[in-house]
This record gives sequence, structure tokens and C-alpha cells, in this order.
Amino acid sequence: MSSWFKRMKQGITTPTKEKKETPDGLWFKSPSGNVVETNELKANNYVVPADDYHKRIGSEEYFNILFDKNEYEELNKDLQSGDPLKFTDTKSYKDRYKAAQKKTGLKDAIRTAHGQVNGEDLVVAAMDFNFIGGSMGSVVGEKIARAIDYAIENKYPFMIISKSGGARMMEAAFSLMQMAKTSAKLSLLAQAKLPYISLLTDPTTGGITASFAMLGDINIAEPNALIGFAGPRIIKETIGRDLPEGFQTSEFLLEKGFLDFIVDRRHLKTKLTQILRLFKN
Amino acid sequence: MAAYLDFEKPIADLEEQLTKALEIAEVGQVDASQTINDLKKKINETRKEIYANLTPWQRVQVSRHPERPYTLDYITGMTDGNFVELHGDRNVKDDKAIVGGLGSIDGKSYMFIGQQKGINTKMRQYRNFGMANPEGYRKALRLMKLAEKFNKPIITLIDTPGAYPGLEAEERGQGEAIAKNLLEMFQLKVPIMCIIIGEGASGGALGIGIGDKVMMLENTWYSVISPESCSSILWRSWEHKEKAADALKLTPKDMLKNKLIDGIIKEPAGGAHSNKADMVKRVKREVIKTIAVLEEFPTQELIESRINKFCEMGSYAK
Repeated sequence: MSSWFKRMKQGITTPTKEKKETPDGLWFKSPSGNVVETNELKANNYVVPADDYHKRIGSEEYFNILFDKNEYEELNKDLQSGDPLKFTDTKSYKDRYKAAQKKTGLKDAIRTAHGQVNGEDLVVAAMDFNFIGGSMGSVVGEKIARAIDYAIENKYPFMIISKSGGARMMEAAFSLMQMAKTSAKLSLLAQAKLPYISLLTDPTTGGITASFAMLGDINIAEPNALIGFAGPRIIKETIGRDLPEGFQTSEFLLEKGFLDFIVDRRHLKTKLTQILRLFKN
Repeated sequence: MAAYLDFEKPIADLEEQLTKALEIAEVGQVDASQTINDLKKKINETRKEIYANLTPWQRVQVSRHPERPYTLDYITGMTDGNFVELHGDRNVKDDKAIVGGLGSIDGKSYMFIGQQKGINTKMRQYRNFGMANPEGYRKALRLMKLAEKFNKPIITLIDTPGAYPGLEAEERGQGEAIAKNLLEMFQLKVPIMCIIIGEGASGGALGIGIGDKVMMLENTWYSVISPESCSSILWRSWEHKEKAADALKLTPKDMLKNKLIDGIIKEPAGGAHSNKADMVKRVKREVIKTIAVLEEFPTQELIESRINKFCEMGSYAK
């Protein structure tokens, strides 16, 4: 038998514990396949440099991006749902809620805070899609309402960063009425002549679009976000044909006249500061 | 031939017996008057009994009964025909799923607005099954502003399976149209009364549903989603619509208990469709009474309490 059939060297000799670790999340891959190191991604406001893909982020990241030195005061942070209907489908809402809190470390699908953006005071409400699809129940409505009260009291401009599938079914009509409640408070903010900036991010649909997300003095969106009232699947089923390419994207809404402009997340803070100062001065 | 819901079968059977008895009486050979009276009494009793114990899902079915009075039935009935329909949003077109106009009750003018369903297949299509496009909500807002300008109270009649989820609806801003109505209705300087007369489905209903007094007819529903859609999303099948109807707490009683509406208007035994004229009369009475009370309030107070009422809706804990 020839020697080249014989294993001369040992196989894998590195013991498991000496292996170089490649931990999960060291790299991020965008849908079109571009890979970026997570540290670099973070430094780039979670936008993939190669293709400008905007990764979905939550309130924590938005506060970090917007507020000077990441300093802010969170408002009403302990508010939780009261499970008004004792709703149960295949699982109880109570259990779902607890599981979501455990998984995300959040109390509900929105956080509200006051801080400064390049020295300009601003109250921001930012939604967390990770928490039951960013759905709006009593807590989301109440936190927005109280944040608006806070803005009116202190004469600060107000901003909502929307990222939500819509109403929270498990709070049924309570959830529906949050659309009314937030709109009621926005009508008071308007009377106080304080600017309201609505930033729509991927995705913003359903009752969110049909209430506060579309009511900004200025409506802006991140690039290529899904924004609509009805979801694309439902529309497709209703009309019985395929939807045109780019339907319900930020770019589509800008073209149809429902957005003031689209903003790359890397320029969000600068652009926002510019607007706040233009309103103020 | 009247339309019966599945749980109305005992009524349908008795009605059939009655028809037969009437036929026999017509021929004239036998005196059937005793039987006929007994049957009529029995029908009434059965109807009362069935309708006194409706499940949430059965109430949803009644709210969609094809013979139920629709918005225009109420408007023409209440105004005795003294109603002028006004059309169009002044931008795109006239949405047939929402009707509106000025009408008079006892010499007093009101602005009426509501979703309109069709009475037969052709009309149902014409009315788009009561599913409005953005133009409908914008027409509604135009008429509400008109009412405000001339200081007329607003009555909205809500009956929709939802805002239309279509391609053009999205292009023309369905979300924006509804959102704008919510915002504007809170600041309108005239009394607003909203009545759910059939289906109150989600944002499509709420889009004309911000009022100083929001009432539901006894056999209607109001929620964030229909029981069928809720079932298909949460249970991943349409089979659980009864369970979903229970879970959503969408009946007038539950809605009132949860302080999400202000009152219930009773229907005649057997539902609004069993006696339309009576139903219209009941709604008319409530409209006159409610608006008279609301008109006593100074404008600013009216707006403040409208806002406060909706701002108190919710359930949360620290």
C-alpha cells in the first residue's frame, strides 16, 4: 500500500477548549448578503455600509443615537398592561406578556424619554418591535399620552419613532381606543403650537398608521421601510393580483405625498437638529 | 321569503306553520283563528327567548343580518324624508360607502354621516360592502367641518366591516385619512353623537367614531378586529370565531362595562330587522334627547370632556 493512503499527520489536534471562538453576532449579514462586523455596524447607526440596509433597532439604540452623550430621563418607565379582558387564545395574554418581558427586558412596546439633541430639548417616544410586534395596547397609548402632557407642560417639541404591526389584538377595543387617545393628545399639542415630528420606520402599519404616525407636523421615514394601513398580504388577497414593486415603501409614500422626506439613519440627528432649530428660531 | 339565521330556526319553523294556518283559514273551511293566535303568541315568545340569550357570536351574526336597517333607513326614517344628501370629498371622488348630508328632525337640522351597506348583490357592490376608501373619510370630514361652520350637531351612524384594504386606498392614504379624522373630530366645536347600528370594525369604524356620546344598538359589535380575522391570526384558522367573539368582549354590554362606550339603545324583540320602524323611532328618540343635553354645554367644556373621556380609556398598572 502506498504511503499517500496512510495518514501521516494526526487529524484535528487542537483541543476544543483552545479553539478560537467565533461568537454569535460578531457579524451581521444584510438581506442582500453584505457582511459587516457588529461593532462597525453599531458605529454606523446600524446601517450596513455596503448597501445602506437599515437594520431594525429598538428604543435603546434610538435614544443612544439621538440624545447627547446618551443622557436622557425616561418617563413612566414602569407602566405595565392590566390585562383588561383576561384574554386567552392558544395561550393567555398574561403569559405572552410575561414571556415578552423576559425575552426583551422591556416592560412594553414603547419607551418615552426626555433629553437633548445637540442641545435642543426633545421628548421622544420610541417603539420596540421586539415586544409583541410593537403592538399598541393600553400602555403604548398611555405612555404616549403622558409624554405629550410632559412636552406641553415643559414646552418641548415631541417626536414618535413608530415601529409596529398595529393594534394589540389581546387588548381588543381597549387597543383600538388608544388610536383615539393619542390623537386627542396630539390635538392638544397642536393647540400648544409645539412641533410634532413623526418618524416612520420598518414596519409601520395598521392602527399606528391610522393614528399618530400620520399626524406629524413633519412626517419622515427611514429608507425602504414598509408603511401602510392594511398589510400587503391582505391587500393582495382582496384585489386578487400581485402588488407592484416598491408598493408601501417609504419611497412610494414620499411619491404619493404622505411624507416630507426620507432620512438615512446616519443623518437623522443632524437633520432633526436642523428642523428643531428651524421651528424654534 | 325572509332570511333566518341558523339559531333562528325555531322562529322560522313557527312562521312556516303560521303561513300554512293562514292558508287554511283563507280557504275558509275550518276556523283556524285560535291556532293562528296561538302561533303568533308562540312566535313572539320564542323570539324574545332566543334574543334574550344571544351569545357574542350570534350577536355578530344579527349585526350583519341582510334585512337589518342601514344608515339611509335611519336617516330617511328619522327626518321623514327631509334630508339632502351631499356628495364628494372635493378632491378625488364621491365614495358610495359613506353617505352624508343635512336633515331635519322636528324642524331642527342635523348633519348625518354614516357607512352605507347595500340591500342586494348589485347594491352591495355599489356600496363596496360598507368599506370606505380614503375619499369616504375625507367626505365625512368635509361634512363635519360644514356642520361646525353652521353650528349643526353631528350624528354619525357606524356600520362597517372595516376600511377598504385596497391598492388605491393605500395610494391615496387610507391611514392618513382616518388619522386626520380622529385628530379633527376631537376639536370640532359642535356636539357629536356616534351610534353603532351594525358592525363597528376597527379603525374603519373609529374614523367617524369620536363623539361626545357613543352608543351601540343592542345587537351590534365594536372591536379592533372581526372575530373571523382574530381567529385566523391567533388560532391560525377561521374555525374559532365563536371563541374569538367571546374573547374580544365586543358586545355592547361588555363595551359599556369597560367604559369604552356611553350607552346602549335597546332593539325590538327579535332584533332591529324584525321591526324597522320601531327601531328607527327608538334611535330618533335617543338622538333628540342626547343632542338637547349636549347643546347645553359650553363649547370648550364639550371639547374638554370629549378628550378626557377617550384619554381615560385603557387598562394599566404601575
